[in-house]
Amino acid sequence: MRPFRKMAYPYVVWVALMIVAPMLLTTIYAFTTRGNDVKTINFTFANFARFFSDPIFLDVLRRSLWVALITTALCVLLGYPAAYIIARANPRRKILLVLLVTAPTWINMLVRTYAWMGILQDNGLINTFLALFGLQPLKLLHTDFAVILGMVYNFIPFMILQIYTSLTKMDPSYLEAANDLGADKVMAFLKVTLPLSVPGIISGITLVFLPAVSSFFIPKLLGGGQYVLIGNVIENQFLTSGNWNFGSALSLIMMVIIMLSMYITRKLDRDESREDGGRRL
Amino acid sequence: MKKIFHMLRSSYIWIILFFLYLPIIYTIVFSFNSSRSLSRFTGFSLQWYEKMLGDGAMTSSIYYTVLIAVIATAVSTIAGTIVAIALSKCGKVLRTLIMQVNNLPLLNPEIVTAIGLLMFFASLNIKKGLLTMLLAHIMFCIPYVMLSITPKLRTLDSNIADAAMDLGATPAYALRKVIVPQIMPGIFSGALIAFTMSFDDFIISYFVTGNGVNNISIMVYTMSKRINPSINALSSIIILLISVVLVIINVVPIMKERRRKKNYEKILRNTSHGGIAFNSMRRS
Repeated sequence: MRPFRKMAYPYVVWVALMIVAPMLLTTIYAFTTRGNDVKTINFTFANFARFFSDPIFLDVLRRSLWVALITTALCVLLGYPAAYIIARANPRRKILLVLLVTAPTWINMLVRTYAWMGILQDNGLINTFLALFGLQPLKLLHTDFAVILGMVYNFIPFMILQIYTSLTKMDPSYLEAANDLGADKVMAFLKVTLPLSVPGIISGITLVFLPAVSSFFIPKLLGGGQYVLIGNVIENQFLTSGNWNFGSALSLIMMVIIMLSMYITRKLDRDESREDGGRRL
Repeated sequence: MKKIFHMLRSSYIWIILFFLYLPIIYTIVFSFNSSRSLSRFTGFSLQWYEKMLGDGAMTSSIYYTVLIAVIATAVSTIAGTIVAIALSKCGKVLRTLIMQVNNLPLLNPEIVTAIGLLMFFASLNIKKGLLTMLLAHIMFCIPYVMLSITPKLRTLDSNIADAAMDLGATPAYALRKVIVPQIMPGIFSGALIAFTMSFDDFIISYFVTGNGVNNISIMVYTMSKRINPSINALSSIIILLISVVLVIINVVPIMKERRRKKNYEKILRNTSHGGIAFNSMRRS
């Protein structure tokens, strides 16, 4: 089978160029000052210092994390019952429902987010609907509500599918055992189903939190030009003000925060399951 | 009590589905609106489709989206298939290393991948435009193709390819005639995923494009500042196209399954020990 092996080598070069080199460049830019060339690289922490000493940027970071956390929490709370219902449906219906939940994610996110602008506008679909009942129009677009709605809308299918997968993997005999041992339905859910679906919730959180923290077109479209999250600052640094060094530093900060939160989430999951492990089985 | 609970249960899933489909239905309905209004449907008209087709920027964005998606799909499917096969024959160290690096663009926030590529192309003095966008799309499509092929390769019996080569097939011939046909379903679904990924991409395209080369997503983003119902027409076309792809993915396996079932029935009718034949067929 040796002849096939050689075909992997060109891909190693490709990966080094297209994946590894850009990441190295980002790191180099983050730790240097403007005006580098091949020969001179001016090492500095100034880009990071600028971020952590400016209350405006810290505020942006705080808001980004807050929006992402609320989005993730809502996705779990709204997505869990949906996943549960799908997992308990009969097989034919199950396939249909999974397909119906997945299908929208295949359609361009930008297109679907743009549609919400028309729905949420001052004279948009919702306010027209409210007016039919003689209700006052609401200010919906360009608010926190609109941004979080847009994020929940875009990311909830991932959460539902992850939880659904973990629920279908569950052995139904556990529930029967709980039933035989005298647990009622609520008790069985809290002590058996919920703990066993935690891995699904965790991977769902990963899939929601990560794009929510770094998102920049949802806040721009639904929050308006004044609504700035960390993704918008990065966009501006690269496409408007042209400060790549500061933009790279911001990206690194964002990546570290994401990795930290993933690490904490995973650790929480593991501790909990260890603590509970003896009792559960 | 039980009935109320049951009703609550089935209505909740429909509320979630309504939430998921509202913007999609809204876009399609209002793309046929006869006025500029985004909240009142005043009558059926095709004027926004006409306006869209008359708008050079919009038609060129459709052209570039399709062009890039087709080329990126073709290149990444071929490259991804070859690399996946090669990796399955490689040592464990190289394989895990490549798979790990491969996962980086899937795990990283897209904006991080995007700015990295932007600086990479700039540092090599490659002008931003069609070429940079194509390279970027091929980059993020290959891992998806590989991810859908690798599981199929794992179940493959490597002795069959070895036997082919023992019988005088060149490696390339064995690849084409023995390995590829066996992993064809994986290649097919990998290609479809690559196509939709490329077709729908916004963030990476937005950062690495230039020189007036825009895809549909970038077009929608830059035009979204003002109300423009032509965007709804453009969006509806995307929705239609992706729906067709989705139907193909989901209907083709069902059709195949039906055909297989019909064959079983034929066998059942032709054999006296129908049940046994049916069972052994299913097991194989």
